[in-house]
Amino acid sequence: MNDFVKNIIRFIVLMAIQVYVLNKIDHLHRFITPYLYYIFILWLPFSVSRQWLLVIGFLTGLVLDYFTMTPGLHAAACTLIAYVRPFVIGILTPRDSSEFNYREPSPRAMQWTPYAVYVFIITLLHHGYMVLLEWLDFGSLLDFLIKVVATTAISLLLIFTAEMLFPRKLKFRTNTA
Amino acid sequence: MKNIFLFLRRYRTFFTFLILQAVALWFLFSYNRFHRAKFLGVASEMTGRINTQYNKVEDYFSLKEENRRVHRLNDSLLSMLRGNFYSHDTTQRLLHDSLPFDTLGNYRRYYYRPATVVYNTVNSQKNFIQINRGSAQGIKDNMAVISSDGAVVGIVVNVSPNFSQVMSLLHVQNSVSASLKRSGDFGTAEWEGKDPRYLILKKIPKTVELKKGDTVLTSPVSFNYPPGYILGTVADMSLDNTTGMYRLKIKTAANFHNLQQVHVIENADYTEQIKLNQDTQKKMDATPKNPR
Repeated sequence: MNDFVKNIIRFIVLMAIQVYVLNKIDHLHRFITPYLYYIFILWLPFSVSRQWLLVIGFLTGLVLDYFTMTPGLHAAACTLIAYVRPFVIGILTPRDSSEFNYREPSPRAMQWTPYAVYVFIITLLHHGYMVLLEWLDFGSLLDFLIKVVATTAISLLLIFTAEMLFPRKLKFRTNTA
Repeated sequence: MKNIFLFLRRYRTFFTFLILQAVALWFLFSYNRFHRAKFLGVASEMTGRINTQYNKVEDYFSLKEENRRVHRLNDSLLSMLRGNFYSHDTTQRLLHDSLPFDTLGNYRRYYYRPATVVYNTVNSQKNFIQINRGSAQGIKDNMAVISSDGAVVGIVVNVSPNFSQVMSLLHVQNSVSASLKRSGDFGTAEWEGKDPRYLILKKIPKTVELKKGDTVLTSPVSFNYPPGYILGTVADMSLDNTTGMYRLKIKTAANFHNLQQVHVIENADYTEQIKLNQDTQKKMDATPKNPR
């Protein structure tokens, strides 16, 4: 399937899961809202340019904001992780581009440990920044620190579950693509 | 000049990032209860349509509970019918008058409209509810919303042609004028953004007699809510010694987890009351203080 079509379908499915399942389930605790939708940004192909990555990140966040009625909150967090993503990937993967044969970040493309670190850094940044913005608005700092930790933990759990349940069949990058 | 362009080109990704961040933060901080029609007007029309489709399925899961609530409300209304009351004097008959003004000079102040909830969350600190009635059906800002069992849900804050956004009681900027059923004392009910089962009622003086389980109703001095609708019951009370006021934990009467059918209540006098309020403020500010 075409990368473009695949990503659009992925976007719709992830957004539906986020809005209609994760935002709606009875919370385990008042601090924890599970987040999964930003895995869309994590999974975007390597070939997307950094400018487009930013724009896609911003729009992804904005669409979720329209549903949760918090204009700008998720958009700001998503723009941040979209900006940081190339740097994190650059640090964690070998410089030699001949080993860099896959289309998009995945445990198989990056090895499990670097991939786990990549997911962890992005998740922490996303939640940390979002919670910081919420805290500027109101509330106590300690509550929000607990919230960052708890939300990060539950989101990591979700992402790795998703990763193991739906292993992506990744083709090698070829010249014909 | 050339160097500036080179500089901009070199760091264009970073500048794109800064610009997008600025836009997002501007959305976030310019957004509040009163100034956001621009942002959400078109969007809520769109998300409203998607939410309606989803809601068609979701409603089935709490249908039983909803039926029970509606049945209970019907039951309580039936017991209020004039036909239930008989006079011992057989020559006298009660006539029910449906005119807006009756012969005693009573008039209709509150209008009720039914609506269905299409989207609702309880997990966030700023919870909104979306309902499937909008300005085309006569919904306006600041109308009150109650659930199908008569418990307070929130207030309309924004309308599009076919949908409205309701600020739920579970919103940190929300504050409702409430009164205790037992003593009639007024207070302000707010939410602290923590536990969605409890509200906080403030400004009740410590001289008031209180018990756990006391009912808290909407107060007769609210512009938005009709008096006498239930907000919740007192679950826990603590005394704040610095102010001499109670700080009451109120268990909400409405179950925000499975809201389905709601009523939107219009106060026909709202515009006049608000105008009088503002005019008074203006007048009092304008006149210098002098002994009367």
